[in-house]
Amino acid sequence: MKKAIAFWNILLKDMRNYYLKPPNISWGIIFPFAWMLMLFIRTKTAFNIDEVFPGIVAMSVLFGTTSMLSVTITFERKARSFERLLLAPISTELLIFAKISGAILFGIINSTVPIIASVLLFKANVYNPVLLATGVIFLSVVSTLLGLFISVAAKEVFEAQTYSNFFRFPMIFLCGLFVPVSALPFFLRPLSYILPVTYGVDIIKEAIIGTSIFHPLLNIAVLTAFCLFLFNFSIFNIKRKWIK
Amino acid sequence: MENVIESKNLKKTYGDFTAVDCISFSVFRGEIFGFLGPNGAGKTTTINMLTGMARISGGQIFYFGENMPIKKAQALIGVVPDESNLYEEMNGFENLCFCGALYGMAKKDREKRAGLLLDLLGLKEAAGKKYKAYSKGMKRKLTIAAALVHSPKILYLDEPTTGIDVASVRQIRNMIKFLNQEGTTIFLTTHYIEEAERLCDRIAFIVEGRIIRIGTVEELIEGTKETNSVEIFFDKRKNDSIVILQKLEAAFPSVQCLLENDNSVKISSPEKIDIAPFVGFLSSEGLWISEAKLLKPSLEEAFVKITGIEIEKMKKEKEKK
Repeated sequence: MKKAIAFWNILLKDMRNYYLKPPNISWGIIFPFAWMLMLFIRTKTAFNIDEVFPGIVAMSVLFGTTSMLSVTITFERKARSFERLLLAPISTELLIFAKISGAILFGIINSTVPIIASVLLFKANVYNPVLLATGVIFLSVVSTLLGLFISVAAKEVFEAQTYSNFFRFPMIFLCGLFVPVSALPFFLRPLSYILPVTYGVDIIKEAIIGTSIFHPLLNIAVLTAFCLFLFNFSIFNIKRKWIK
Repeated sequence: MENVIESKNLKKTYGDFTAVDCISFSVFRGEIFGFLGPNGAGKTTTINMLTGMARISGGQIFYFGENMPIKKAQALIGVVPDESNLYEEMNGFENLCFCGALYGMAKKDREKRAGLLLDLLGLKEAAGKKYKAYSKGMKRKLTIAAALVHSPKILYLDEPTTGIDVASVRQIRNMIKFLNQEGTTIFLTTHYIEEAERLCDRIAFIVEGRIIRIGTVEELIEGTKETNSVEIFFDKRKNDSIVILQKLEAAFPSVQCLLENDNSVKISSPEKIDIAPFVGFLSSEGLWISEAKLLKPSLEEAFVKITGIEIEKMKKEKEKK
């Protein structure tokens, strides 16, 4: 019970202090519309919503989660308030689980904006809603864990932002969002397959347009393995680096 | 006396550098134990090891006689780090409630305790104010309250009064005394020697990662005392001070007399000094004695003698930091 109280309050504190602040909410709303507008300007014609829908959803999740978690953790470490959490009688695993839960929820909430907008305003089709929800959840978890991975490496907030961009921008072009993996140059394809986001995007594509590279179950299995690896590796690094 | 904290050969190394070098000490239940030393002596590193903020390179830590996992021990301790570290965006009350929640306290209990602590530390009026708007002294007091919210058995205070206003210092020192009277065992690090002298039951002098000496203030002073001295102040009426000194030396050849200024004389001897004969003699010489006191060496003098470190230098280093 005591652990549940601690977990819930860390999650609640992060949601109130960081994720549900007006700038973040407005960013979550504006971001997908900005991408749609950019695509519209680029093509100079009305675009096929089904083609861009998976990309917008994935980008909303990816951008929301990776930077938010890494920035908030780095900020708290810099302000030393993170020490409060490390001094609490809860395991590092539970503490980090509470910290990532806020970012995961933020990613999921962020994804609802383009989904609702695409379905209600642009009449986009969702081939498999349950699979879409699964894809969004897995993509949120794995993107958040990438953010955690970054935050362990960063000492300053600006470093966290720089590292996030260093990871995110190549990922956008390599994970099959805008350029199918099969259309990438031969030497870049192995890179695509070592990116967890590729598998999350593949699930979302399957859920929305009904086509994917891999079977959804294989994507889920690969993402689960990535999540376990990133979580445990980050915990190992946190214990090694932050408790010197 | 029961040991609530026991460190056995505690060691911390960073590569080739040894920050804490096999230190052993015990802190008894209900006492205020002070750690006194210059910058880089290993005070904060020791606290960090004892509280789970740093891994130990060697040795053992026992809480209440048990070599317990640090996460279990953390439920029993409260920590006030050397810098205030609460959440800027939360107000005083929210910060305390959040800290209580980290220890699994129920909402009702933590709210009640937060209110009580805010009142006790004179922060009731500022309870609704964001932490970032607090003054340095208020931040320090709230950080202490945050460490107390779960009613810990042991409180670690790392330089609690450094860099804050006099009124807050007084309030914090009174708070430390009050908590100790209520039964909390306190581990205090400070570079203010008078603070250690005033508050601590026992003090450890730590230099370059090693404990040089541990004892009560009296024990530490007594160990360094080479001579006994008294100083007698008089109202200069008719005699010249030099003449008085000469008469005094003639009457008491076994002691050393020294004129401190025109109206006082310092008498030193390796033996214990009885003040009465000196007061009687000076009175018979027609002097009006205004004050006579036994001169005790201070803890500061004892610290300098034992460690060879100048206090002023230590203070300046800390202020620079």
